Amino acid sequence: MEFVHILFLGFAALAVVAAFNVILQRNPIYSAIGLIVVLCSLAALFLTLSAQFIAAMQIIVYTGAIMVLFVFVIMLLNVREEETRIDKQKYLKWLAAPLFLALLAEVMAVVRHVNLTTQPLAGATNGAELGAVENIAQGMFTSYVIPFEAASVLILMAIVGSMLLARREKKEDVERIEKALTRQQEEEKYEEEVAA
Amino acid sequence: MVPLSWYLALSAVLFTIGVIGVLIQRNVISLFMCVELMLNAVNLSLIAFSRLHGDVKGQLFVFIVMAVAAAEAAVGLAIIIALFRSRETLNVDEADLLKL
Repeated sequence: MEFVHILFLGFAALAVVAAFNVILQRNPIYSAIGLIVVLCSLAALFLTLSAQFIAAMQIIVYTGAIMVLFVFVIMLLNVREEETRIDKQKYLKWLAAPLFLALLAEVMAVVRHVNLTTQPLAGATNGAELGAVENIAQGMFTSYVIPFEAASVLILMAIVGSMLLARREKKEDVERIEKALTRQQEEEKYEEEVAA
Repeated sequence: MVPLSWYLALSAVLFTIGVIGVLIQRNVISLFMCVELMLNAVNLSLIAFSRLHGDVKGQLFVFIVMAVAAAEAAVGLAIIIALFRSRETLNVDEADLLKL
């Protein structure tokens, strides 16, 4: 057993345990901490697959930006420890365990037939230089420049959209809506009187 | 080297855990985190295949997935804040009507 096998097993076990922590905790802040552990151990696994740049991005973008956003929202909404009791769709809870086993068995049956090593195929780029920044940049700014630009437009849309969605409604807007609602109610009342 | 099937198996396990989380969690923020977990499981598969083929395209794809995940997290959390303002709850079962 090589050192990289031990690395893989250690980080894989950490990721699976933390993933169970994500789905079993009731308090979302503990779930968030579990997810951060999963993301960090996945970054370590990316390093064993010679994807250095993506591993760095995983730490910077996922754990550094997205998870901070999550924790920020959890704290902003000041969520109490809520019951995860399922009121509606009760059958989902009983469906979960069999579905877990079925999906897992199905995927494992497929994986069992994949008997490949991570030795690069013939004509492939050699290991460590595969995930180097030069290689990624070369692909991103030549053949894949359109997806790259599309992603930038998408992020711009996300910025504008999230600001629009999360802003507090203006006072006059609220007043206008309330006025419209009362007018509507009065009209309905008037119609009822006429009908009577 | 670590066999490819190990990475695929880990990816499958993480994805399945994410699916189960979506089924059993009722808190909308936790649900959202389970979706992120699934995205990451798929990223691991893509990187493993990229290593197998010695082709950087898989890693580019993962990069784009990360950008989309960031956009999705921003918009999704904004929706959660708007939902919490209008309903005072984060339980998805309470939010089953389009109109209050």
